[in-house]
Amino acid sequence: MNTLRIGFLRGNIEIKQFLRQKESVVFTLFFPLLLLVIFGSVFTQTIAPGVKLSQYFISGMIASGLINSGFQQLAINIPTERDNGALKRLRGTPMSPISFFIGKIILVFLTMLIQVFILLLVGGLFFHIRIPTESTIWLRFIWLVVLGSACSTVLGVAMAGIIKSGRGAPAVVTPIVLVLQFISGVFFQYDSLPSWMKQLAAIFPLKWLTQGMRSVFLPNSFAIREVAHSWELGRIALVLVAWLVAGTFLASRSFKWSRQ
Amino acid sequence: MSAAIEIHDLRKSYGKHEAVAGISLTIERGEIYAILGPNGAGKTTTVEILEGFRERDSGTVKVLDSDPGALGIHGSAWRNRIGIVLQSNSDAAELTVAETVHHFSHYYSKPKDPDSIIALVGLSEKRDARIRTLSGGQRRRLDVALGIVGSPEILFLDEPTTGFDPEARRAFWELILALKAEGTTILLTTHYLDEAEALADRVAVINAGKIIEIATPATLGGRHLAKATISWQEDGRVQRMISENPTRDVIELAARFTGEIPELIVTRPSLEDIYLTMIEGQK
Repeated sequence: MNTLRIGFLRGNIEIKQFLRQKESVVFTLFFPLLLLVIFGSVFTQTIAPGVKLSQYFISGMIASGLINSGFQQLAINIPTERDNGALKRLRGTPMSPISFFIGKIILVFLTMLIQVFILLLVGGLFFHIRIPTESTIWLRFIWLVVLGSACSTVLGVAMAGIIKSGRGAPAVVTPIVLVLQFISGVFFQYDSLPSWMKQLAAIFPLKWLTQGMRSVFLPNSFAIREVAHSWELGRIALVLVAWLVAGTFLASRSFKWSRQ
Repeated sequence: MSAAIEIHDLRKSYGKHEAVAGISLTIERGEIYAILGPNGAGKTTTVEILEGFRERDSGTVKVLDSDPGALGIHGSAWRNRIGIVLQSNSDAAELTVAETVHHFSHYYSKPKDPDSIIALVGLSEKRDARIRTLSGGQRRRLDVALGIVGSPEILFLDEPTTGFDPEARRAFWELILALKAEGTTILLTTHYLDEAEALADRVAVINAGKIIEIATPATLGGRHLAKATISWQEDGRVQRMISENPTRDVIELAARFTGEIPELIVTRPSLEDIYLTMIEGQK
């Protein structure tokens, strides 16, 4: 019980620290918004009756949002806290490591929610993004967000254990995310990519998360355009769970409280 | 009651370099114990093994009757009883002093009142300041506040006053002596000999991973037995005399002058002189 209570107190501290660092707020929250504005302004052509190309790209933007708030944020934030002594100081207190990770999960969850909310709001108001109304689609959206965020979070912690220094972290993490975005159907239409690129992307979770989000934002008739001619929701869940398990294992092995 | 800290034949190497080469010592409860030594002597490695941050190669270690290298699920209960002030940090820059001390107080089962701790370390005026705006000395006092907010039985202080101005150091010493008066055991590493002299009940001088001597500050290196130097002005120059019986020699000297002995100084070797001789002797 106490572990949970302190976990929520950690969450509060994490969020305070996040909101007070203007760079991280801009980087995490407004960068996706900026991309949405650019993409929404450029891709105005219609890809099916009543469906604009921007509807295709909002799926990728939201999937990317989950990667930003979990993987990218933690893989930079945790090595930084390791370098500045924050983690070592915490390790010297009776605080349970579980409380620490509850705090990080709260941070990821809140930044993720804000990103998704901003994207849907601005997309819906200014770029004619059609927001689903059916409850089954929303249910699908929720499990994709929860599973995707969980996966993104543990992979961020695992990556943080591999990265040597906080200062060098963005230089390692940002290109990984960028390349994944290019090959996973976030910046380009996935079906227009060369097949080797598609096969490479299919190893990583972002491709599957993006595909899942397409099943939320595009009409069912678009399923036929996917590689398997269906949304493959079962396989998406399977791949994400596999990455979640692998990521949890890696994170528990690689996590370090201090530099040496 | 058993000793607060017991170390026997502690060893730790980094590659071929033996950082700690067989240290044994016992620290009693309620004692202020200083570890002195040059940079690289093995002070921080030793202390970090005691704090549970580093693994040792061999030897036995007991801190509050537990082995810090094998805490397992008892780690949290053990850490509840100790306070750690590490060397320089720059974390939590965007939080305020009050937020941080209050937050850390929740980790402990018997915390002190966070506001009185903030007052005790002299940061009341800075309680709502962001930590990044604090000076080096204020930041260090915050580190101490976080180390003591859980009412620790043992407090580890690793070079606590580095970067303090003289006034802040005096204030800090008073704080440490107040903690000792409450019964806290304190293990201090420092470069400053005056600090060890002002605070410590006992000091251990270590160099190259080995203990050279353990003594009280007053008797270290036979300091209390050392000869005094008497100097004065006579015949237009400074005269010096090494004396085993300075009181008698000064009385004799006084007979040669009418009134004051010009520029009389009687000195004994300072702790620093003794320490430097000991470290030199090792080379």
